[in-house]
Amino acid sequence: MPQGPVVYRQKLATRLAHWLWAVSLFFLMLTGLQIFNAFPSLHIGQESGFDYDNAILAIGARETGSGLQGVTRILGTEFDTTGVLGVSGGEIRAFPAALTIPSRTSLATGRLIHFFFAWVLVGTLGVWLLASAVNGHLSQLVPTFADLKALPRDLADHARLRIHHTAGYNVLQKLAYASVLFLALPLMILTGLSMSPGFNAAAPWLLDLFQGRQTARTIHFLTMLGLLGFFVVHMAMILLAGPLNEMRSILTGWYRTDGDDHA
Amino acid sequence: MLDRRRLLLGGAALALSGCKVFDSATEPDSRLRALFAGHESLTRSAQRAVMGDRLAPEFSEADIRQGQRPNGSTDPDSADYRRMAGSGFQDYRLTVAGLVDHPQSLSLADLTLLPSRTQITRHDCVEGWSCIAKWQGVPLGTVLDQARPKLMARYAVFHCFDAIERSLSGEVFYYESIDLIDAYHPQTILAYAMNGAALPVANGAPLRLRVERQLGYKMAKYVHTIELTDSLVDLGSGKGSYWADRGYEWYAGI
Repeated sequence: MPQGPVVYRQKLATRLAHWLWAVSLFFLMLTGLQIFNAFPSLHIGQESGFDYDNAILAIGARETGSGLQGVTRILGTEFDTTGVLGVSGGEIRAFPAALTIPSRTSLATGRLIHFFFAWVLVGTLGVWLLASAVNGHLSQLVPTFADLKALPRDLADHARLRIHHTAGYNVLQKLAYASVLFLALPLMILTGLSMSPGFNAAAPWLLDLFQGRQTARTIHFLTMLGLLGFFVVHMAMILLAGPLNEMRSILTGWYRTDGDDHA
Repeated sequence: MLDRRRLLLGGAALALSGCKVFDSATEPDSRLRALFAGHESLTRSAQRAVMGDRLAPEFSEADIRQGQRPNGSTDPDSADYRRMAGSGFQDYRLTVAGLVDHPQSLSLADLTLLPSRTQITRHDCVEGWSCIAKWQGVPLGTVLDQARPKLMARYAVFHCFDAIERSLSGEVFYYESIDLIDAYHPQTILAYAMNGAALPVANGAPLRLRVERQLGYKMAKYVHTIELTDSLVDLGSGKGSYWADRGYEWYAGI
């Protein structure tokens, strides 16, 4: 456990935004899976191939002698995913009820809640970006040249689970947070908007950028998986670094450092 | 300690319990639903603000790689419709009524004599799929101009031949509506041809609506009457369309 001085690490705007993002992303993911269930395949291009195959992922079900079988096809290879994908709880549904909001099938409700939290996410990101540009937090997220030089050592330390508690973020933290905030979230928002026929009229260049509405939908899904991966690592790092101290810093802003040469 | 656990595990616990806590949002009158639905007018205004009167993207012949996937009703079975379809829709009439100075009754021949517009566009279903096809038809604005909408007219309501639902209280025929901003958009057409041939029954013969900046359910098939109104309250359950009455957005731009 760190024994050094307690420093004020996260400003109020960052703490508030963090929790609004956490709640929003929770709802966005589970309502997103509800929406995905209405058409459980991912395609490359402007349209979804029905008379030809441009799917990279398809979740379905088929009747077998021993009952319903859930089948997931990824890049042409089929997997039996009965009980999780395709068939779960005795019914045909791509993602199981435990992973969708609402739990029962309701595309209309899923969409309603999805767009509600999309607004919360976009609004929070906008306000936080402005606030962080003003209060200087943005520059704390951008890796410096010195950070990048320290990258190999930081990687080695993380690999040995040797966690340092410093007033600023270490380079892997900066890279992780910056890629979520400046890459993944904007990508989610832009690919989400690319699926809107209305927004397509407003900004047709987005369709060119993502090479079609269905490709945008696929990128939206894959970026979701990326964010899920970030969440898993984020939780693991909090547990490894000392969950009490980490939780205090994201609730109150105050963080106990090692207080030695790493400050 | 308890707080931290709650925070850490709250999300996971919700997920594992099947998120049934939010199932009440599926009830039309629930307060939870009303809270989440609060963004609908914001979403509509935002879309209208950014797109103005811009056109939906159009595609080339090379982008038509498959037939147009039919959805919803694909084969209306009312006696009237059957008879008309049997005779190639020769006695079909499109009625334009309601808040207009000159109510219209137009045959398919009348409609094809009017200047037409052809567009290759992408059809987006609310489920998530897309399909590109070529549509030819008469701009809705041209038909409305002939009927001369009264000043108080705000919406064009579409009444259709297809019974989408049968219940004890009778048949529910598909209905849909758009406001006059979308009605007069240059890409909003009453299509009678698709991919270079007469519109097939599965895709809405003899006449279907195309509203290219919205989702598929707005594009009513089997249209027989266009009624201009100043309000949508008396239509269905009052939300303005078959699917809006069932929880979907009336303005379906996303």
